Amino acid sequence: MTKLTIGVAATAIATVAMAGSAAARDQIQIVGSSTVFPYTQAVAEEFANKTGNKAPVVESTGTGGGMKLFCQGVGEAHPDVTGASRAMKASEFKLCAENGVDSVTEVLLGYDGLSIAHAQSENHLDLTKAQLFLALAAEVPQDGKIVPNPYTKWSEIDPSLPDLKISVFGPPPTSGTRDAFVELVMEEGCETFEAVEALDKDAKKQVCQRMRQDGPFIEAGENDNLIVQRLQADPTALGIFGYSFLFENQDTLEAVAIEGVLPNEDTIASGEYGVSRPLFFYVKNAHRGVIPGLDEFIVEYISESSMGPGGYLSERGLIPLGDERRKEVQAAASKGKPMDAPGS
Amino acid sequence: MTDLASSAPQRIDWSDAELRKRLARRHSGDKWLKFAGIAALAISFSMLGILVLSLVSNGFAAFTQTHLKLEFEISADRVSAEDPAAGNYRAIVRDAMLGLFPEVTSRADQREIANIPSNGAQYILRDRVVADPALIGTRVTLSVPVSDPYDQLAKGLVDRKTPEANRRVNDQEIAWFDRLEEKGLVSKPLNTGLITNADSRFPELAGLRGAILGSFYALLVCFLISFPVGIAAAIYLEEFAPKNKLTDTVEININNLAAVPSVVFGLLALAVFIGWFGLPRSAPLVGGMTLALMTLPTIIIATRAAVKAVPPSIREAALGIGASKHQVVFGHVLPLAMPGILTGTIIGLAQALGETAPLLLIGMNAFITQAPGGILDSSTALPTQIFIWADSPERGFVSRTSAAICVLLVFLILMNALAVVLRKRFERRW
Repeated sequence: MTKLTIGVAATAIATVAMAGSAAARDQIQIVGSSTVFPYTQAVAEEFANKTGNKAPVVESTGTGGGMKLFCQGVGEAHPDVTGASRAMKASEFKLCAENGVDSVTEVLLGYDGLSIAHAQSENHLDLTKAQLFLALAAEVPQDGKIVPNPYTKWSEIDPSLPDLKISVFGPPPTSGTRDAFVELVMEEGCETFEAVEALDKDAKKQVCQRMRQDGPFIEAGENDNLIVQRLQADPTALGIFGYSFLFENQDTLEAVAIEGVLPNEDTIASGEYGVSRPLFFYVKNAHRGVIPGLDEFIVEYISESSMGPGGYLSERGLIPLGDERRKEVQAAASKGKPMDAPGS
Repeated sequence: MTDLASSAPQRIDWSDAELRKRLARRHSGDKWLKFAGIAALAISFSMLGILVLSLVSNGFAAFTQTHLKLEFEISADRVSAEDPAAGNYRAIVRDAMLGLFPEVTSRADQREIANIPSNGAQYILRDRVVADPALIGTRVTLSVPVSDPYDQLAKGLVDRKTPEANRRVNDQEIAWFDRLEEKGLVSKPLNTGLITNADSRFPELAGLRGAILGSFYALLVCFLISFPVGIAAAIYLEEFAPKNKLTDTVEININNLAAVPSVVFGLLALAVFIGWFGLPRSAPLVGGMTLALMTLPTIIIATRAAVKAVPPSIREAALGIGASKHQVVFGHVLPLAMPGILTGTIIGLAQALGETAPLLLIGMNAFITQAPGGILDSSTALPTQIFIWADSPERGFVSRTSAAICVLLVFLILMNALAVVLRKRFERRW
């Protein structure tokens, strides 16, 4: 008994000690946005199957969380690639540079439409960004003044809309989807009002970016599938999520037209559907050639069969870039062109 | 004395209306208590029933997988004998499919037909040929999984009456698939891939192998750390520690530790194991160490209870014939307490198996298409795999999530059953 216990304890301690001096990493590590996650998953699996390299580790941490991990430094302990559903911010670029991550390649891989949808029903909704802003902002302009949001029914915003309670499920503030929604819908809708234009810059930002907290807007967590299920349970509610979820659930969900345009592959790629956002991934150049397989992984990611039209990423809902833009991106990415500091 | 006489027992008048009323009230109180107990039991059992029923009815679809029997022609110009792994297997699968529909000529339709078998079919075929290069130049008949939309169709999960625009498969695709079914090429065998495959982005190929192995390695590390440490701590506290304020404080803290939410341990592990020690992210080693922190208090408490239950007479007898303290502990107390200790340990490990929150923080919710080969390889664990699948947009993952929960529940039940068996067989009562 004594010997066994001591032996077991010694093994445990030895294992821990051994792991402390971690062996050289032979696996690509990827973090980042939950929106880019499914695409990176697809590439990772294809890459492992095709090349026989060790399967990359892909973790969904959210855009901001991914940047934080990515910018922590150069070396085996830090991830090689991060996905983002918005461009890298100036503050993040600075953080990267401070930690020695000074050469990063930015790759624009395509577009993702943000869809607003409800369960299949007789009502076919067509909303404008201004109407969505009025329904979901914390404060709205009314008779030239900024007042707390008084609307509880769609018909109060516009008599042509149905006489239904406003109830919208959306992502929490940590989500890149939320950032995109605020930027593409709320801010643009907000700026159509004269009363808002009259405000100074800070006050305007306040009014345009704050979502209401009094019930009609419901934060539903990062799990988009949960939102889909809740919509099926409550036919009058709307939900905000990435286009790929709408694409997979076409038989139960129905998209809301924004400014008269329904989201589909054509309208998103052409920019006609106004609520789409670019998706990026960032590569740490110092890791290229050091982490085995990283270069081949990038080649697989930017290959025509993945991010090109009809590639396997478009099967998952990615809207590919136009031909010219794609050629540019592919050339820059394969050369490992370091990005410049973002403007703002 | 006179007092005594006057307080002599009175005869109870059972016919007294007042008394009968009191009695009836008390009896009805009993009845209500009993009824409330039965109702509470019924509620909890029906909850459990609903949970299991919904899991099984949802997950049932994932226990089978639609397969397609195809004949592949491994021609020498597609696959070279020198390097069979580099062959163009995609084209071979495509040709095999198109051979079944010679009348289809439009490119778009051909592409759709080539998409009926899973994307993994080419790799299944490749692995088969690499394992046996003699197949080059021959025809091979293999059963390969079909892709998710057709799997859903074959299982009747796609309502053919919904308008065509709202379905993942259109009328033409349904017609093609029905023809394959008429030819008898479609089968629905037991989905062994659910256990033997690692994760995949394609539901028809995704399995739990990586998660099961990851959980196994994490629990192994957890056991190796928490079992010896827990027992040593408990024995010291029971057999050696002086009874003073310090040991009281230690005892209270151990009990408190058992009640700390698991997410706190995850944050601690993130800061200490990964941040400080520089251990790899997503590794079962870190997961196991984190789970060990959580399991320790459970094991210490169980061990102390088991050691306390060993009668003092045994210790005294051993001491009386000249055994030293450590001989008493290892020769008599521990062996007698072992069944209780093991029961506590297994229950602690079963708890650790279902723990999710700390593993999410240390990155064990990553997508990895290979099963881990050791405690340092990145991997997921069963509960985090469920978490990932629940968040995936593809329809096939809905039933797979439920099926994965069923697998996790089976493991939990097995572990708890083992604990019960150990207790029943080896427990001694004095």
